[in-house]
Amino acid sequence: MFRGDRRTKRRGVSRRLLAKPTFVLPGMVIVALVVISLFPGFFAGLFGNGDPYHADLAYSQDGPCPGHPFGFDLQGRDIWANVIYGTRTSVAVGLTATVLSMAIALVLGTAAGYRPGLVDSLITRLTEVFLGFPFLLAAIVVLNSVSRRDVWSVSLVLGVFGWPALARLVRASVRQVCQLDYVVAARVAGLPSRRIIIRHVLPNAITPVLILATIGIGAVIVAESSLTYLGVGLQQPTISWGLQIAAGSRNFQTAPHMLVFSSAFLSLTVLAIICLGEALRSSLDPKRLA
Amino acid sequence: MVFLGVTVIIYLAVFALPGDPIRAFLGPKQVPESTIDALRVKYHLNDPIWVQYWDYISGIFRGDFGTNFAGRPVADQMSARWPVTIALGLTAWVMEIVAGVAIGIVSALRKGKWLDYSLLAFTVLASCIPVFVMGLVAQLIFGVKLGWLPVAGVAEGWPRSYLLPAAIIAVFGLPAVSRLVRGAMVESLEAESVTMLRAHGMSEGRIIGVHVLRNSLIPASTYLATDLGYLLGGSVIIEGIFNLPGVGNLMFEAIKAHEGTTVVGVATALIVVFLLTSLLIELLHALLDPRIRRSRSHV
Repeated sequence: MFRGDRRTKRRGVSRRLLAKPTFVLPGMVIVALVVISLFPGFFAGLFGNGDPYHADLAYSQDGPCPGHPFGFDLQGRDIWANVIYGTRTSVAVGLTATVLSMAIALVLGTAAGYRPGLVDSLITRLTEVFLGFPFLLAAIVVLNSVSRRDVWSVSLVLGVFGWPALARLVRASVRQVCQLDYVVAARVAGLPSRRIIIRHVLPNAITPVLILATIGIGAVIVAESSLTYLGVGLQQPTISWGLQIAAGSRNFQTAPHMLVFSSAFLSLTVLAIICLGEALRSSLDPKRLA
Repeated sequence: MVFLGVTVIIYLAVFALPGDPIRAFLGPKQVPESTIDALRVKYHLNDPIWVQYWDYISGIFRGDFGTNFAGRPVADQMSARWPVTIALGLTAWVMEIVAGVAIGIVSALRKGKWLDYSLLAFTVLASCIPVFVMGLVAQLIFGVKLGWLPVAGVAEGWPRSYLLPAAIIAVFGLPAVSRLVRGAMVESLEAESVTMLRAHGMSEGRIIGVHVLRNSLIPASTYLATDLGYLLGGSVIIEGIFNLPGVGNLMFEAIKAHEGTTVVGVATALIVVFLLTSLLIELLHALLDPRIRRSRSHV
């Protein structure tokens, strides 16, 4: 009976979501971006010039023309190909860092929520400390002394500093679920803690966490490009929107096309992720809509 | 307590990273071992990590944030720059309050109408654009193409040189502020006390201006108070783009020049300012609103 109930409810949610333009539109954008980052070679080659590293100085800073819809950058590389490959980098950093934050947050948050007392207060203190300073400043300090800054190391730093807000939410959510009758019943029945947590607590506690994590992907992508723009994020030869925007900003008065396209892709990506998160929140989590 | 935790984490993180600071300092030069040993002693690099941490933390309390590679104290470089950062932060803060509260009030009064939705859409859309993209585009449009405001620098003084960068910083606070005001105002417009006042024949303007508004600003004021800490903590990117000679800009330049010690020193100072502002605001809040004091003690 319970299984049937859940299925009806889920079908209700997905139908409600699919009827919402605020969900469908950003959802389509995100699917497109993921497909692009899975097969960047195909999309980059759509106009016949798919190699992001192929440079021809004769075309330096030239505007859009047939075969090169976004024009050329300072080194005479095709901007379209670079923007497409930049999508893959941003998506990769966003997902890696968020998965890492999520993993840390789930372990610490569940431990704190499930074991009140010493474990809880230690983890809560640690979370407070990490929440106590601006995220970007901490990332700047650490990345500044990292010698090799690639997708992995930047994601690692962003993930390590990104978990506290998530952990706090996991803790609150787990606490709430732990007080429910069926969890108490499971405890009384003598089920092992691990089984209670994995089978009974987490599946019911995870929805708000997933929503916040979705929005967090957008925040990570912005953070990566900001850090890269500042010069403590990704480095050449990695292809990244942040690097393209930094390069474009030095010459943006004479050749604005070098700046505009990667900025537009970046803004669109972040916008789509945040709108999707908000749509999910208002459908799945009516309590917090207010 | 939080401060100690923060500095320990940052210190450990920087320490745990591979790389020898002396090698980095010397670059490719070939130097005899004895010189390297002398430098290690000079910079206390042979001391155990907690002794080094103590040197650093006690230095900060004495106002010593280290020196740059040329030997100039970081604190000296920062001191002349604070007024710019504070002016920028406060200007942005005031803009955020005025615009955010105004948008919140208008949306609450037009709740569910198209104006409400389009204001919401506008604030969310604008705050999704990364700050440096917005900064560069605004610079191009208002500074270069239209020529209304200075492109960069502080040559024209306050307020003209600060308007554009402050406005961009303020945009990012708008969705939160206007939503908080809107939410609280919608709630208090439906409260029984308001129905009561209407029944007594009080004019709508007076009800909203005096009774509703005062209650509606409390949630937003909590948010705005915390936000001030972030704003005074400096906007590295905006100060960099608009070339405002503030503390954030010092960091911007130090990163470009690979001045590692300056970066760490400035970041530490900014975090200290952020924490002090938050602490001060929390104390002020408890003084102003007795309900917060009580709710805190329950938690």
